[in-house]
Amino acid sequence: MAGSTPASLTADTPAAAVVAPRKNRPTSPWQEAWRRFRRHRLAAASGIVLLLLIAVVALGPFIWPVPINEIDFAAKLQGPSWAHPLGTDDLGQDLLARLIYGGRISLAVGLAAMVVAVVVGVLVGALAGMSAGWVDAALMWVTDLFLALPLLPLLLLLMYLFRDHFKRLFGVEGGAFILIVVVIGGLRWMQVARLVRAQFLSLREKEFVEAARALGASKVRLVVGHILPNALGPVIVAGTIDVAAAIIAESTLSFLGLGFPSDIPTWGSVLRDAKDYLDIAPHWALFPGAAIFLAVITINFMGDGLRDALDPRRVL
Amino acid sequence: MSNTDALLSVRDLRKHFAVKGGVLSRVIDKVHAVDGVSFDIGAGETLGLVGESGCGKSTTGRCILRLIEPSSGEIWFDGADVTKMDATALRSLRRDMQIIFQDPYASLNPRLTVGAIVGEALTIHNLAKSRRAHEERVVQLLETVGLQADHMRRFPHEFSGGQRQRIGIARALAVEPKLIVCDEPVSALDVSIQAQVINLLEDLQEQFGLTYLFIAHDLSVVEHISTRIAVMYLGRVVEIAPARDLYDTPLHPYSEALLSAVPIPDPTVKRQRIMLQGDVPNPINPPSGCHFHTRCPIAKPDCATRVPELRESRPGHWVSCHYRG
Amino acid sequence: MAEPLLDIRGLKTWFKTDDGMVRAVDGVSLSIDRGETLGVVGESGCGKTVTARSVLKLIDMPPGRFEAGQILWQGRDLIPLDETEMNKIRAREIAIIFQEPMTSLNPVYTVGDQIAEVIELHQKLSRKQAMVGAADMLKLVNIPNPERRVHDYPHQFSGGMRQRVMIAMALSCQPKLLIADEPTTALDVTIQAQILELMQEMKERFGMAIMLITHAMGVVAETTQRVVVMYAGKVVEEAPVGALFGDPRHPYTQGLIRSIPRVDRSAGRQARLESIPGTVPSLLDPPPGCRFAARCRYVMPACTQAIPPLKEVAPGHKVACIL
Repeated sequence: MAGSTPASLTADTPAAAVVAPRKNRPTSPWQEAWRRFRRHRLAAASGIVLLLLIAVVALGPFIWPVPINEIDFAAKLQGPSWAHPLGTDDLGQDLLARLIYGGRISLAVGLAAMVVAVVVGVLVGALAGMSAGWVDAALMWVTDLFLALPLLPLLLLLMYLFRDHFKRLFGVEGGAFILIVVVIGGLRWMQVARLVRAQFLSLREKEFVEAARALGASKVRLVVGHILPNALGPVIVAGTIDVAAAIIAESTLSFLGLGFPSDIPTWGSVLRDAKDYLDIAPHWALFPGAAIFLAVITINFMGDGLRDALDPRRVL
Repeated sequence: MSNTDALLSVRDLRKHFAVKGGVLSRVIDKVHAVDGVSFDIGAGETLGLVGESGCGKSTTGRCILRLIEPSSGEIWFDGADVTKMDATALRSLRRDMQIIFQDPYASLNPRLTVGAIVGEALTIHNLAKSRRAHEERVVQLLETVGLQADHMRRFPHEFSGGQRQRIGIARALAVEPKLIVCDEPVSALDVSIQAQVINLLEDLQEQFGLTYLFIAHDLSVVEHISTRIAVMYLGRVVEIAPARDLYDTPLHPYSEALLSAVPIPDPTVKRQRIMLQGDVPNPINPPSGCHFHTRCPIAKPDCATRVPELRESRPGHWVSCHYRG
Repeated sequence: MAEPLLDIRGLKTWFKTDDGMVRAVDGVSLSIDRGETLGVVGESGCGKTVTARSVLKLIDMPPGRFEAGQILWQGRDLIPLDETEMNKIRAREIAIIFQEPMTSLNPVYTVGDQIAEVIELHQKLSRKQAMVGAADMLKLVNIPNPERRVHDYPHQFSGGMRQRVMIAMALSCQPKLLIADEPTTALDVTIQAQILELMQEMKERFGMAIMLITHAMGVVAETTQRVVVMYAGKVVEEAPVGALFGDPRHPYTQGLIRSIPRVDRSAGRQARLESIPGTVPSLLDPPPGCRFAARCRYVMPACTQAIPPLKEVAPGHKVACIL
């Protein structure tokens, strides 16, 4: 082959077709992660259960159109029956309808608070990770400050202080929802920020980022096109866990009576109302408790599966 | 060393990295990664830059592209000083100067398709008039480096090391640069694949009239591809000479030892090996005087105090040693 | 001839992966005599490292497993041995050093502790005696101030010094065979020369055999007596070092030797390098026939039908090619 100039290039190409040694392999790294996630049995099963739960909560009112606040003292504290599949409470209100309604709130709060936490966390982490010096130091100082705050007392205090303002601004239900989401999300972004910063610090030294700089890419392009997509794996995992944590936080708030107004059922508030009747009507506490448990555990299992599927050592 | 036709002239380039320590993370020390490096590269030639790990060769390459900010010195490219360029000038410099990296795995964004990687520069610099022109150019680039059009929809992890290196080369070619800094482009590849990539780089140089700064630690590869070679030791250039001269008559004792340490793939060749004692000293506190005097077989007392100048010992053959050349 | 020290016969080490069985080592036979240096060369993924680790059974099982073959150590098959019996052989009879000396040393113990542990374990000495032995070993591998440096941690040593420490540790029980898996790949060329010289010195001193695994043809040419060339999990050629470089028979070996630029010949830009087109085939469901057929310049229809056996073409020179 010596001496044959560009001809040897073409001589190399037939073998270039040996690319993709594995057959029928999905191509993009995201598809590859999805394939691995599906292989993780516990996570995949959890995903299905969670989807069912979401479907029930979302479509429930159409299938089970019983009002949540129809008081019927004749049927109070009844166990499960055909008329009331999950029984009734002390006012004879249908628990299934109340749990479906409450589930909508709990899951929505969980998702929305996660979005707040992830958005704030990614912004803070990315800013810190891209800027060296005092900006980075200041942002990480603030992050550490937030991490040092005692969460529950602060949650309670903030709820107590701002509940009325938000009620006036956004209405009873909307105000409570926005306040809860902002407060929970606003106190849970620190882990994400630290993760994102660490990812940014290591990724921005990567040669492919250097290559993009050498091509003349702007800072925005570097972050959006090269660094962020490669930093998302751990953020998705953390975000998943955050949904579960937010659901628990909302339930705790409601249980302590500082969540939504008492006439709006959420899983936490139903649990609170049930606590005084544990020996007469155990089903009343059992079902909301089970709903919280099921939602949280399936989300955490999915987090595990995602962690394996998005393992950067396997993607990069 | 003054060369009026030089495409790139580096003058007294220095890069010091701060070493922070203590409670207040103050600067307690400096690593002299590049410690006064000067050389020229003429248009169309290949300058090989060799040395062992930590000698500052990669830092030099990155300073030239301003991927790392140099601490001091001048870098003249096409009549302009790169070290004084503002953001706009730097952006247009990117169209003339490119880089190819060592690690074919770390140098390609795993989330992007090969088409997106190779075509990124076209988007950044608006080099394609239409979507169609963009795609045609990407295909053309892939074919130039010996890949195929249908590879553009694939992702980097589906390619072997050698093919990934071709993708990296196609990315660098997209802006039609004049100078390419090749930072150990074949060090991570298998022997049989190395030869493919070296041949490709030589073909491209001929085809597009490219100028290379070829950084490597493998002397046999550098000797093969370079017209001239600069040998670095602890942040300084100790010898610059045409490739043939350097290999036939190395002047600096370090170049000599380096050359004699290269194993020859022929059991019938028996050579006298100059064994250097010890390791490369720490660049935080490099030895005084001539950096090499602690390991030098011919060192004399004054080598520890006097810094040798790089001087022309024979036409085109520069060496920095008090007692050689 | 006397029984070889190590005799690998038809070894198959396969790995079960998500996508199927990877035949990393697929029927490898090779032997090492007492006091001999055998080079095992090949490119990444050719199975040379897996072969080396198989000898000491350092393969994780699963996913790996021995599909077939024997590893005869002084006539005794190692494959059926359990961990306890293997541990009597490891370090004491067969020692191994790896490419990356930083990851092979435990960063939280001093190097003296680590060497002494090996000595203590295998020679039934007290800790104090073992520490003295450790210092002696460091001295032997030319580490300056050995009495002081036994108390240093691995990160306080440079790359070359760490590889010396690894060699000291490997030699502390005076093994009969040293397996060196790319011992100089991570090192600079002047340090590589030092380490290769040290290995040669140690070999003469202890009279052990060395199995040198490397991809660098230059290193093989300068340090070994006999060479085995591997490609895609199989041995393609085996020959005394002079014959291998002087008269390579397998097209892969020929290509490998010719594709290396040479420092010693014709300085300046040479003629084009010869290259082997294409890339190494996947070891997942490898094609029938010769594994090199897809890249071979002399390929014939027969090549893709059956795997060519290793046959002797000259005394001690075996080739797996139908040519």
